[in-house]
Amino acid sequence: MIDVCGNPAIQTLICKPLSYTFMQNALLTMLILGVVAGTVGSYVVVRGMAFLTDALGHAILPGVAIAYLSGGVHGPLLLGAAIAASITALVIGFFTRGGKLREDTAIGIVFTGALALGLAILSLHKVTAVDLEELLVGNILALNGQDLAVIFVVGLVVLLLVRIFYKELLIVSFDPALGAALRYPVEGLRYLLLLMLALTAVIAIQAVGVILIAAMMVTPAATAYLLVRRLHWMMVISSVICCFSGVLGIFLSWHLSVSSSAAIVLTMTFLFLLAYLFAPKRGLVWGFIHVREPEEATA
Amino acid sequence: MKAVKPIAIRLQNLSAGYGRIDAVQHVSVEIEAGKRVALVGPNGAGKSTLFKAIMGLMRVSGGEVWIHGQREGRQTVAYVPQFEDVDWDFPVSVMDVVVMGLARQIGWLRLPGRQHQQAALRALERVGLADYRNRQIGELSGGQKRRVFIARALAQGASILLLDEPFSGVDAAAQQTLFEILDRLRDEGVTVVLATHDLNLVSTHFDTLMVLNKRLLAYGKPEAVFTPEIMAAAFGSQMAIWHSNGEVIMLTDQHT
Repeated sequence: MIDVCGNPAIQTLICKPLSYTFMQNALLTMLILGVVAGTVGSYVVVRGMAFLTDALGHAILPGVAIAYLSGGVHGPLLLGAAIAASITALVIGFFTRGGKLREDTAIGIVFTGALALGLAILSLHKVTAVDLEELLVGNILALNGQDLAVIFVVGLVVLLLVRIFYKELLIVSFDPALGAALRYPVEGLRYLLLLMLALTAVIAIQAVGVILIAAMMVTPAATAYLLVRRLHWMMVISSVICCFSGVLGIFLSWHLSVSSSAAIVLTMTFLFLLAYLFAPKRGLVWGFIHVREPEEATA
Repeated sequence: MKAVKPIAIRLQNLSAGYGRIDAVQHVSVEIEAGKRVALVGPNGAGKSTLFKAIMGLMRVSGGEVWIHGQREGRQTVAYVPQFEDVDWDFPVSVMDVVVMGLARQIGWLRLPGRQHQQAALRALERVGLADYRNRQIGELSGGQKRRVFIARALAQGASILLLDEPFSGVDAAAQQTLFEILDRLRDEGVTVVLATHDLNLVSTHFDTLMVLNKRLLAYGKPEAVFTPEIMAAAFGSQMAIWHSNGEVIMLTDQHT
């Protein structure tokens, strides 16, 4: 076997960071999260739910805050987050029922209210600035084996739901009228998707924090959207991008001493910009080079 | 003796709409199986609402819909949506869309198998789009996009086809192709109801005209229905009518 770590450059860049358990945990977490967020994020992008996802991420804070007060950074954060996310999704659904409020209005009200509630709870209990920062922007380098196990199980459940309901979610996402004609429970499937979004946000919170959750679920999927033309391929490419950005971001964070969540999200943003410029057919550069052919020429 | 043709769609005093005032009011009509009916009326006349009510996509506020003599016979009805109602950038291939029409045969929570792919391919062959099966739907021309949805209806095995403004933004050649497909469907006994506001097509290509402006204003053969009085009642100020040398010229100011 070749000893790759014998090479001093590789030893410094890769092997040394990998020798720490917290780095191993962080990378494994990111690989799991990448697949889950990349897959679920594809629905977010094709259904135009980016704002809702961002809101769900923020609205988790009061649940996390209460859990934190009961046990610090290793308190029942995931449980608190799950409860807060479910309540938020239901309340937004309730406000928009029967077209009483536009959905973006309802989202704007509910998530800022929830975020303010979370901040109020934390400020009442004199939480330190360091802990507050950890809740808001996460710290993937602080995850232990138990956190990892929970993230793995919840992620697996979400991926199984995607696999089981793939055809039904595809139909109601693309053509709700067909879904209704087929007598699918269109509203029920919407709530199922919200549940999947909430579960994903919940396991992503410890990695990238309240503020950047939406980036995990929107940016890689949006990048994949520019590159491929079918939903399941979008999920695959989006997952690969999400995992790759996560891993690269963690190493960048190690070597450059920047916040891990910032490094992860900036990597994703950079890849998106590359795709936006250079993607075949949909990229900006392609548009300059290839003049659009007349639409009806092949009718 | 004249044979009595079976009735494909029967509407009894049907009213439906989203707002406080129903977009469609007290429509009663019987459409015979195998007919090709043009549903005409100005924008906002309730054409799409009528389709959605027939499909069971919205709550009707009064009256009844009967499909092939049954109140729950809607699996035989397929709907080709208005152009604007489809997200053409959605990441699905032509094949994916047609396979969706087979959802009932595939079954709840199951994924399509090889036989479903083949059935979808046969439907695509019937509309002449087999070679385009792997394209993303947005990459097709306007006429081809409509044909994909007709193929989906064929895969569904529908005996009644509702098309909502299929000719808007479609050029003459593509229109001709669509009519050739509709002719074949008529030969197979499929009932077609097609909403349009293009009155030029209506007088030549359809057996029956159904004129709607919230209420049903007329239902019958084009020569009986296509009169200045009925058209003026339907289109009102959106239509200009001239009489010249015994001919009547009618002009609507509709745009799409």
